[in-house]
Amino acid sequence: MSTAPSELDSPEVTEAIQLSPPWMTIVWNDPVNLMDYVTFVFQTYFGYSKQKAEKLMLQVHQEGKSAVSNGNREAMERDVEAMHSYGLWATCEKS
Amino acid sequence: MTRFRKRRKTVVVSFAEHEADILANLLRNLVELLYDGLPPRSAESSDPLAALLESDGPTSPPEDVVLQRLLPDAYKTDDLASAEFRRFTERGLREGKVTDAKRVLSALEESGADEIALEPDEQLSWLRALNDLRLAIGTRLDIKDEEDYSTWEKLPDDDPRRLTYDLYDWLGYLQSALLHNMR
Repeated sequence: MSTAPSELDSPEVTEAIQLSPPWMTIVWNDPVNLMDYVTFVFQTYFGYSKQKAEKLMLQVHQEGKSAVSNGNREAMERDVEAMHSYGLWATCEKS
Repeated sequence: MTRFRKRRKTVVVSFAEHEADILANLLRNLVELLYDGLPPRSAESSDPLAALLESDGPTSPPEDVVLQRLLPDAYKTDDLASAEFRRFTERGLREGKVTDAKRVLSALEESGADEIALEPDEQLSWLRALNDLRLAIGTRLDIKDEEDYSTWEKLPDDDPRRLTYDLYDWLGYLQSALLHNMR
């Protein structure tokens, strides 16, 4: 008689891991960029509401950095490149 | 005196002649800096697909501190990934910044002492170019944090950095006035 394997691979777990976006775009605080300009960039490029953009800008300003977007690595590199085109200091990071 | 006003979605700006000259000179310097050290394209391919896939950008950060700030590493701790990112993006980023700066420059050169009417996409170029200039000057002055500003404001008139800081301050005024008129 054979017994069922005690451990089964659980597909649910794997899927759950894949659902959370693995990468994020971090914007770092900078003494030069104007607060209004940073808010404007978040609204213009990401299409965020003024309220959300201001919240993220304040987080950058007060805490030194903020995760402004997340997704797959290619998408985050596109976002980082866009931030650099606006003169914001941004990096790619694994969540 | 620089003046901004709004006409529907258009922002109209007028400069005193010497102000337009100062801004144009700063932009010419920026363009030169952005071209500096950029290797020429390896192959002037006639095949548009090959040109599109071409990735002959530099793989190490620029030596100049201003360029390092304008073109920062994309990864904090992964040098290899930063190098790859640079190889694929740095040329395009430099070209984009040059395009913005040249757009402002040609508007200044064409207008003379006249008003300059900026449509929305031009406003974006102006904002980015003014920001790049502020980053460049702020980096050269070595402005470190927000608390620094009170010290900078109090620089004596005979300090050699005074004039540069006044320029930096003026550019901040221009950028924020433009932004205010775009809303």
